[in-house]
Amino acid sequence: MTTGAPRPATTDATPGSSAPHPAGAHAADPHVAGRPSPHTGASEPSAERPAPAHSRTQPPWQGQWPAVGAIALGGGVGAALRYGATLLWPTAPGTFPATILLVNAVGCALMGVLMALITERGAPHPLLRPFLGTGVLGGFTTFSTYTADVRHLTDTGRLPLGLAYLAATLLAALAAVWAAHAGTRYALTRRGGAR
Amino acid sequence: MNWLLVVAGGMAGAPLRFLTDRFVQSRLGTAFPWGTFTVNVAGSLVLGLVTGAVAAGAASSDLYLLLGTGLCGALTTYSTFSYETLRLAADGARWRAAANVAASVAAGLAAVSAGAALAEALWG
Repeated sequence: MTTGAPRPATTDATPGSSAPHPAGAHAADPHVAGRPSPHTGASEPSAERPAPAHSRTQPPWQGQWPAVGAIALGGGVGAALRYGATLLWPTAPGTFPATILLVNAVGCALMGVLMALITERGAPHPLLRPFLGTGVLGGFTTFSTYTADVRHLTDTGRLPLGLAYLAATLLAALAAVWAAHAGTRYALTRRGGAR
Repeated sequence: MNWLLVVAGGMAGAPLRFLTDRFVQSRLGTAFPWGTFTVNVAGSLVLGLVTGAVAAGAASSDLYLLLGTGLCGALTTYSTFSYETLRLAADGARWRAAANVAASVAAGLAAVSAGAALAEALWG
């Protein structure tokens, strides 16, 4: 398993290379080349054509407009879904923010599924990962509401509740992304064998 | 109307996160997820400021939906944060994974408090 993606390797996503990235290879995966990252759906749209070697002088949006558009659409959808969840299951200020915890945990689980699918089977369309991963799931989950809610609880005399929420979200999110990623990979390799 | 504000904020926040991430990674490299760290801390700061402004009566609830729920909500992300942490841990960089969690939470909390303090100073 290298890229898993049925697309030509671009200069900035060389499979199997884990050498430190040269300056400007910022579209490659942050951690291990060939493994997709939710943020660097960036490298996918540019896979349509040979990606030019990025120089430090190029702005970060260079050649990224299709991805930016897909991410904007996805971000609008994700934010609306999160807002809808808080309307459906409102939690009173000063109580345990269970809805946002659930939103973040579900978003993390779906991210685990998405990234495992893309790693194992490849993306059916180069804009799928920017739209679903960076856009919808990135817009659906939120870190700022999490920190604001923790602060609100701890600042209003509910320190134990605030700390419990802080830890519970972290545990739920990390467990969700790990279990969903591992489970999806397991299911895929059992069904058809890794390609 | 409320929905439009949230969607508009989300449509701005998510691409802003993507572009910030690319910009930061092009400067600081990709060994540590500095891009996601940056947007999560910056979004927490702005949300602290907006929440404080609303509490002080200096901003409307409409502005909160646009900038707080929409923009800051989509600018920051838990799913990418947790996936990048998982990647670090799975690739053997356990300390960097733990540092990412500790630093993101600590800096995010400090930022939201700083934003609230700034709002207090401006409109309190």
